[in-house]
Amino acid sequence: MELKPGLRLKSTVCDAEIMVIKATDGNELSCGGEPLSAEAQEKTTPKEDHMNGCVIGKRYVNEAQTVELLCVKSGDGSLYYNGDELMTKDTKKLPSSD
Amino acid sequence: MNIAMFLQMAAEVCADRSALTYEGRHYTYLELFDSAKKAAELFSNSDCQFISVLDVSSPAVPVALMGAAMAGIPYVPLNYRLSPGQLNELLVRIEPAYLVVDDGKIDDFKGAGAIVRGREDFLSSLESSASIEFTWAEDPSAVAIQLFTSGTTGAPKAAILRHEHLVSYILGTVEFMGAAEEHATLVAVPPYHIAGISAVMSSIYACRRIVQLPNFDPAVWLNLCANEKISNAFVVPTMLTRIIEEMEQSGFDTDSLNALEAIAYGGGKMPVPVIERALDLMPHINFTNAYGLTETSSTITLLDPDDHRHALENDDPAIRSRLGSVGKALPAVEIEIRDDDGNVLGPLEAGEIYVRGPQVSGEYLEKNALIEDGWFPTRDAGHLDNDNYLYLSGRADDVIVRGGENISPAEIEDVLHNHAAIGDVAAVGIPSEEWGEAVALAVVLKNNAVMTEDEIKSSLRAELRSSRVPEVIVFRSELPYTDTGKLLRRVVKTWFE
Repeated sequence: MELKPGLRLKSTVCDAEIMVIKATDGNELSCGGEPLSAEAQEKTTPKEDHMNGCVIGKRYVNEAQTVELLCVKSGDGSLYYNGDELMTKDTKKLPSSD
Repeated sequence: MNIAMFLQMAAEVCADRSALTYEGRHYTYLELFDSAKKAAELFSNSDCQFISVLDVSSPAVPVALMGAAMAGIPYVPLNYRLSPGQLNELLVRIEPAYLVVDDGKIDDFKGAGAIVRGREDFLSSLESSASIEFTWAEDPSAVAIQLFTSGTTGAPKAAILRHEHLVSYILGTVEFMGAAEEHATLVAVPPYHIAGISAVMSSIYACRRIVQLPNFDPAVWLNLCANEKISNAFVVPTMLTRIIEEMEQSGFDTDSLNALEAIAYGGGKMPVPVIERALDLMPHINFTNAYGLTETSSTITLLDPDDHRHALENDDPAIRSRLGSVGKALPAVEIEIRDDDGNVLGPLEAGEIYVRGPQVSGEYLEKNALIEDGWFPTRDAGHLDNDNYLYLSGRADDVIVRGGENISPAEIEDVLHNHAAIGDVAAVGIPSEEWGEAVALAVVLKNNAVMTEDEIKSSLRAELRSSRVPEVIVFRSELPYTDTGKLLRRVVKTWFE
């Protein structure tokens, strides 16, 4: 699946939903060990060691920061990209300007 | 990607948290999300090409903004202060439109849109009908907002903001659910101004309750801050000036502003004496100066609270002068200063401000104003200092060219703003046979203050080169501003014809 910025995807193992902020093409993205899907699907069985959860509002990146996702709905599955577990990105806190 | 996602996320996590307060009425995030979805269904079934709100700040604003985003139809807020003639000129540019209007004005606009609804009828019909599911498209390049610019120089242009610009701005500046339950923001800027729109989106994403003030009045603003325990507010410079005057005249008890943590300001140049007085009167408040344009999805630079304090406490003129700066670029935004030929200038060199970043649209319905490599020429003039703080000197078009010398109106105005007798002042260029353009000055004296033309000229001569001393001076009781605090220089110019 082509990962374009703005694309929204749903986990197939839990309630999690994400939006792609940044990505390179043709790489594998998963939640709970199973690929994400653009459409709602019947839930499948997750990989037990891929169930550390993801949290709404957090940004997830790989080490090289070639992929960045926004979690838009929390879930029990953890997000992986090309076999690597994604970690939360620290964002600089800015004062409110509006 | 769709700005409706902000409301969906807020309703997911903070369903029962208070989202909006308007004249005693309350919405939770779930109720706001629910009304927006039903509005989206109404809009989708209407065959209208635009969703427009012609109203003061009211719940119709977030409901229609988010409903239009879900329906995939551009949202076009209109300025209710325009004359009927000016409004009609804009309305024909957005036909067919679904128009939500202030109930008091519904008779004036019958037939103006394909569908015209009074605000109260629109909102109550949405509240009383059953909840629905509504799925929306996630097209980053779809137009979210079409905003008519204030047209200080000519006919209003239709600026286009796409979902990708607005989502980039909010994700880049606001932490999701960053506000505590007791936090509340007071929105006093009108909803047809980019600051009014970004306030709605930022607050929803931060899950910060919005308190709407339909018509700004300094005494009402102060009382609302106290009674609603407001924690955050955004004001334009003219509002802050009036708030301070009100506080000083009425002996306002600043203890009643205990909940107030932060005030952000922008939308025009803030005179340094005003912000100094504000810092002095309200030392516990975090002030942030935000500079941005409609075409950049609001804020692109920030002067943060620490910058304000450092500047105020510092004797080094370079640091002290930062109270007159608009701060540094946001992390995702790049800024360059260029000369008239497009060459990039160095620190302390004055030129036109160019900006680039994912939140920058730089696009009008009539034409795309982005140039090579995605840079947007703002037509604002200014310079960067050695630490990349940006200083504005005005619109590039306002520069007075006298005998081949470029004079920024701000150079002259800043000197006079510091004068105790002067309340307000505007310098403009007027045609001159001798110089091409000459400097003309409009002055508003403070109540009971006396200052002659000669005194004004000599106070300028003491600090500036003689070319800055005006040829003509007029005295007026006030200067013309748009209601969002922009000085109407073209009107000032007509005083010298």
